[in-house]
Amino acid sequence: MSIFADKKNKVIVQGITGRDGSFHTKQMMEYGTKIVGGVTPGKGGQKFEGVPIFNTVEDAVKVTKANTSIIYVPVAFAADAILEAASAGIKLIVCITEGIPANDMVKVYNYLKGTDVRLIGPNCPGIISPGKTKIGIMPAQIHKKGKIGLVSRSGTLTYEIVYNLTLAGLGQSTCLGIGGDPVIGTNFIDCLEAFNEDKSTEGIVMIGEIGGTDEEEAAKYIKKHVKKPVVAFIAGRTAPPGKRMGHAGAIISGGSGTAADKIKALNKVGIPVAEIPSEIPILLKEKLEKAKKKAKPKKKAASKKTKAAKKTAKKKAAKKAGKKKAAKTTAKKAGKKTVTKKTAKKKTAAKKASKKRTSKKK
Amino acid sequence: MKIHEYQAKGLFEAQGIPVPPGDVATTPEQAKSIAEKVGKPVMVKAQVHVGGRGKAGGVKYCANPKEAYDKASQILGMDIKGLTVKKILVTEAVEIETESYVGIILDRATKKPVMMVSPAGGIDIEEVARETPEKIFKHHIDPILGMQMHEARKLAWNLYDDGKLVNQAAKIIQKVYQTYMDNDSSLAEINPLITTPEGKVLAIDAKINIDDNGLDRHPEIEEMRDMQAEDESEMDAKKAGLSFVKLEGNIGCIVNGAGLAMATMDLVKHFGGEPANFLDIGGSSNPEKVLNAMRIILRDSNVKAILFNIFGGITRCDDVANGIVSAVRELNPQVPIVIRLTGTNETEARKILEAVNLTAVSSMEEVVKTAIDKAGIAA
Repeated sequence: MSIFADKKNKVIVQGITGRDGSFHTKQMMEYGTKIVGGVTPGKGGQKFEGVPIFNTVEDAVKVTKANTSIIYVPVAFAADAILEAASAGIKLIVCITEGIPANDMVKVYNYLKGTDVRLIGPNCPGIISPGKTKIGIMPAQIHKKGKIGLVSRSGTLTYEIVYNLTLAGLGQSTCLGIGGDPVIGTNFIDCLEAFNEDKSTEGIVMIGEIGGTDEEEAAKYIKKHVKKPVVAFIAGRTAPPGKRMGHAGAIISGGSGTAADKIKALNKVGIPVAEIPSEIPILLKEKLEKAKKKAKPKKKAASKKTKAAKKTAKKKAAKKAGKKKAAKTTAKKAGKKTVTKKTAKKKTAAKKASKKRTSKKK
Repeated sequence: MKIHEYQAKGLFEAQGIPVPPGDVATTPEQAKSIAEKVGKPVMVKAQVHVGGRGKAGGVKYCANPKEAYDKASQILGMDIKGLTVKKILVTEAVEIETESYVGIILDRATKKPVMMVSPAGGIDIEEVARETPEKIFKHHIDPILGMQMHEARKLAWNLYDDGKLVNQAAKIIQKVYQTYMDNDSSLAEINPLITTPEGKVLAIDAKINIDDNGLDRHPEIEEMRDMQAEDESEMDAKKAGLSFVKLEGNIGCIVNGAGLAMATMDLVKHFGGEPANFLDIGGSSNPEKVLNAMRIILRDSNVKAILFNIFGGITRCDDVANGIVSAVRELNPQVPIVIRLTGTNETEARKILEAVNLTAVSSMEEVVKTAIDKAGIAA
C-alpha cells in the first residue's frame, strides 16, 4: 500500500502544454502514472503525447473521469487553478507552482477545509509511491519500493535524503513534499496519520525546517497517536533570524520557528533528530530494530488478564527501551556533550512518566 | 518587504483610517513648510527601517516651524543603527489621552489572519505578550467572509468603555483588515492607536510588511522599497532569480533548492566551518544563473572557497557544469572551487568539468569537508 496516491489515481495535468508541465508530463508517463488528460485554456481539442487537452477542468473530468490533478500553471493563475480543480470534483490536487501570495492561499485553504479534497502543496515537489505512481517532479530513479514513509517541507533536500535511504537499502512506501510555503494544504500531521494507518509503512522520516510551528505540533501528535518509529531532520540550524531562506515559509520571526525549538520538541517525545542527512538511515535502522524487539514483549503482556497489568507492562518496556537507547547512543558517540544531553533526556523522560501516572489516576 | 511609517500611513489613509495631518520631507526647508501648513506643533520622525528610533533621538517634538527646521537639520543625515536618515515625517503633534495597539498577522497554525488589540499600546507588542499576555485580545478572521463589523466591535470593547470611541475604533479595526488583505501584507499594525481629549481615535504610528510573493501585482508598493536598507548583493541576486542571504563565514555555497541549501550551511557548520551565504539557484539549470551566483559570491572578500552542492532532478548536472565552466573562464576566481554533483546527467557533467581541470565528488559530506580544508589553507 501507500498513502494518498497509488496506481488507481487518474491524473490530469493543469498547464500541460507549458514548459514545466509538458516536460514533467512525459516523465510521469514514463514512470507509469495514469495521465488521462490535460488542461490548457484555448487548446481544448488538441492532444499532448496521445492524451486529450481540454479548456476546463470540468470538461476534463467529464470525459476522462479523472480524480487527481497536478498543477504547473504560472503563479498568477495557480490559486484559481486549485479552486477550479476542487469545484470540478477533483479529490487530490498537487500544486507544484511556487510563489502564490499567502493571503490567497489562506482563502483557498479555508475554502477547501471541510471538503473531501486533499491539496498537496503549493510550492512542493509532489508525491511518489515507488513502483506505483509519481505525481510530481522528483527524479524517479533515486527511489526504491519499500516500507519507509517520508514527508518533507523541501524538494532537493528530500531527494538527498531519499537517495541516502535507498543507498542504505531502505525503500519507500510513499514520499511526499508538502511544500515550503507558510500556508499549505496538507501538513505533517495529515501525513503522519496516514502513514500510521498504512499497513505497508513500517517507519517514518519527517524532514522539517525553520519557520512556523508545524514540527512542534507534529511532535505532540506523534506522542499521542503514532506507534511506528519516526526519525526527523530539521534544516536551518544556522539560519539567521528575520531572513527568508528561499522558501516563503522558512523564516524565523519574532523568535519563533527556530531549528533549536523544533529539535527540542521532537527530542522531548523521543524522536531522534539527525544532525546530518547521512545519519538518518542509521537512526532509522536502530529504531526499526528496536520496534521489532519491542513487539515481542508486547505480545506477552497482551496475554495477561487485567488492563492495569497491560499498562504497567507497557510502561516498563518503554522505560527499558528508553534507557537502552540512551546507553547505546552514548557509547557510540563518545563525547562529553552527548553524555550530558542523554542524562538530561533521561531526567525529562522520568518526569514525564510520573506526570503521566498522575494524570491517568485522575 | 518593509515599508516606511509614512508609506504605511498612506495605505491606511487611503482606506479611510484617520491619521494626523503631515507629510514626508527630505530637507529642513520642506520640514519647515510642512509645519507651517499644519499650523500646530509637530513631531519630526526619522524614516528608517530599524526599531528604537525614539531612543536613538530620531523622533522630536517641535513647538513651531522654526524648531521643525532645526530638529529636521539634526535628524536628517543622522546615523541610526548603521542607517542614514534620508527622509523624515513631519506630522501634527496631537494630544494623547490613551494609547492602544491594533495589529494583524497571519496565524500559521490556524491558517487564518488573526487581529490583535491591546489597551497597552505605545510599547513593543512582543514585550506586552511577554509581560502581560492577558492584555492582548485576539480574534481569528474567516478570510472568505472577511472581517465583520460585530467582530471588530467586540475587539474594540476591549479597548474602550465609551460607545462613541468603540464605534470609531471598530471602523478602524475593520479597515486595518481591509488594508492588510488589499495590499498582500504579512503584517499591518497601528501602535499606538490613540484617543484625544476631544474624543477622537487616531493612528499615530503605522507599520506594514508586504508578502514578497504579492509584490508582483503591486508595482506601486515595490516602488516604495528603500534601497538603502537592502543588501546590494541580495537585491542583485533577486534580480537574477536567485535566493541569496549574506552570512559572516568564509565558505561560499551554491546549491539548488532551499532546503538543501540550508542543510548545506548546517553541514558546513557541523564540520567546523562557517558558511558565507545561503544561495539557492532554483529549479531551472540555466548556466547564466550559475555565472551570476558566482559573481555575487566572489564580491565578498571573506570568501576563501566556493562549494557547489547540486542534486540533479529537474536541474541537470551538465547545465550546471556548463555554467561553472563559463564562470571560471569569465571571472577567473582566485579561490578554490569544490563541486558535488549527483543525479540527472552526472556523467556528462564530469566530462564538461574536466575541460577546466575541475573534478566533482558525489557526496555532500565529502564536498563540505574538502571546502573547509581548502578555505583553511587559502586563509
